[in-house]
Amino acid sequence: MHPAYSVIFFTTASGLGYGMLALLGVFVAAGWLPADRWLGFVGLGIAAGLVSAGLLSSTFHLGHPERAWRAVIQWRSSWLSREGVMAILTYIPIAALAWAWIWLEDVSGPWVWAGPVTAVMALVTVYCTGMIYASLKAIPRWSNPWVPVTYIALALATGAVAMDALMRLFGVGSLLGGGTAVVSLVLASICKLAYWRNIDNASPVATAESATGLGSLGTVRPLDPPHTEANYLQKEMGYRVARKHAAKLRQIAILLLFAVPIVLSAIAGVAGDAIGLAAALLGVLSVAAGVLVERWLFFAEAVHVVTLYYGTREA
Amino acid sequence: MTGLPATPPQRKLGLVIDLDTCVGCHACAVNCKEWNAGGYHAPLTDIDPYGVEPDGVWFNRIHSFEVGTGPDTRVVNFPKSCLHCDNAPCVTVCPTGASYKRVEDGIVLVEEDKCIGCKLCSWACPYGAREFDGDAGVMKKCTLCIDRIYNDNLEEVDRVPACVATCPASARHFGDFADPNSNVSKLAAERGGFDLMPEMDCQPVNKYLPPRPKKTGGDTDRVPELQDASPEGGFLGWVDRLLSSTEHV
Repeated sequence: MHPAYSVIFFTTASGLGYGMLALLGVFVAAGWLPADRWLGFVGLGIAAGLVSAGLLSSTFHLGHPERAWRAVIQWRSSWLSREGVMAILTYIPIAALAWAWIWLEDVSGPWVWAGPVTAVMALVTVYCTGMIYASLKAIPRWSNPWVPVTYIALALATGAVAMDALMRLFGVGSLLGGGTAVVSLVLASICKLAYWRNIDNASPVATAESATGLGSLGTVRPLDPPHTEANYLQKEMGYRVARKHAAKLRQIAILLLFAVPIVLSAIAGVAGDAIGLAAALLGVLSVAAGVLVERWLFFAEAVHVVTLYYGTREA
Repeated sequence: MTGLPATPPQRKLGLVIDLDTCVGCHACAVNCKEWNAGGYHAPLTDIDPYGVEPDGVWFNRIHSFEVGTGPDTRVVNFPKSCLHCDNAPCVTVCPTGASYKRVEDGIVLVEEDKCIGCKLCSWACPYGAREFDGDAGVMKKCTLCIDRIYNDNLEEVDRVPACVATCPASARHFGDFADPNSNVSKLAAERGGFDLMPEMDCQPVNKYLPPRPKKTGGDTDRVPELQDASPEGGFLGWVDRLLSSTEHV
């Protein structure tokens, strides 16, 4: 599948943002983070800013961005629509949390719900993003239960690394913050490795024979393509650039997204203030680069069954 | 509403495509392009049409496949257009309601004015029936020529999709699959009409007819053998002997 840069930026940036929002909401409500005005301002600002930038960027790949508002209408059947609805509704608890944390500096009492509700709704939004892909049967590698799980796990892991760095930046770094980053990274790596294992061992869903219905006559091979030049279907669904480097890119993703940040988060947890902060900030850079590679690969590795009509043997 | 019709459409208009008689001439694709360039989805944008890498929106794509091996190998021409599925995933994924399936005849359409051009419907379709118009920024697809089949200005005989009207081999047939006595229902029943990629569970309305079995036996034996290059006796035998002997001189 063709990886539109705006969609890659959207899913990774909003994933990190929602993951960070969810963790900030839980941590501040539980008292693991101080309800300090500037911590709240910077933390929620970065997280909500990334979410908003991602949502805006997702409209850039549309043919008609000015009609994007229509996308919230069909939530009854469309996961894309559900994602849009959830993204908008989640701003309500975010606003409440921001009000309590930044303005009142008190997230207890009547505002105690804001953090947990933000957390739940943020993760539901990420789940909807994952389900947009997981609901597409025509792309067997996406139509996989590990897809939405991995989207949530990666949102939490990238968000946790970012929150850990933020906490150290404000001098409120804790074992819990670093530990959350390490644990969520390990969990996310398990999900992603399980996904890769799953798609590598999955038996093909469709073949050139089933696509044409000609299997009873023997193997089916393309002879003449419909057109002399590549058409929309081949450009959009037949994207193969990263596929030939898939193994190498997976190693890069594992290194940058999981291995390096886990080590850096652990170092940040035990080291002193300056080194800890440096390690945590490096961890954010590493995890950001890693998740971009991972997401690019997620698109580029996905084989659409329409390519069966263009020479793919099985998908 | 991008939900599928709650009750099955009263009519299920669609095509039977005969893989036995299709000669792969692309006339259906060309006539489709010609009609629809001025029809419901007009224009069917072409980008760089006379350049090195022309690109454009087509509702029909005619593949040719080589099937089988050895003496049983055969070429099957394979026209592909929207199958107007009963369980159309392109409809349910649409976030805006631009993509819909009509209750009255089961035709799957895109309402361009509502389309945001997110391309998700083209991702959802296993058959590649939808093509994005990068110039107009909206998704376009086969309309089963709604502007022909209900067009009172045309002679009744012409109220069929452009691809069906033009096919010189009569490989494409148009009709109502909800009526068991329609031409298409009978054809599909008699000739073993099948669904493409049934494992995708789209329940396509369009049916494909398999190529008929290849004729075997007898025919090849009757082909006369070529004349012997070194005939025995007679005038030609004498000429052959004479010319062969001079080779050694």
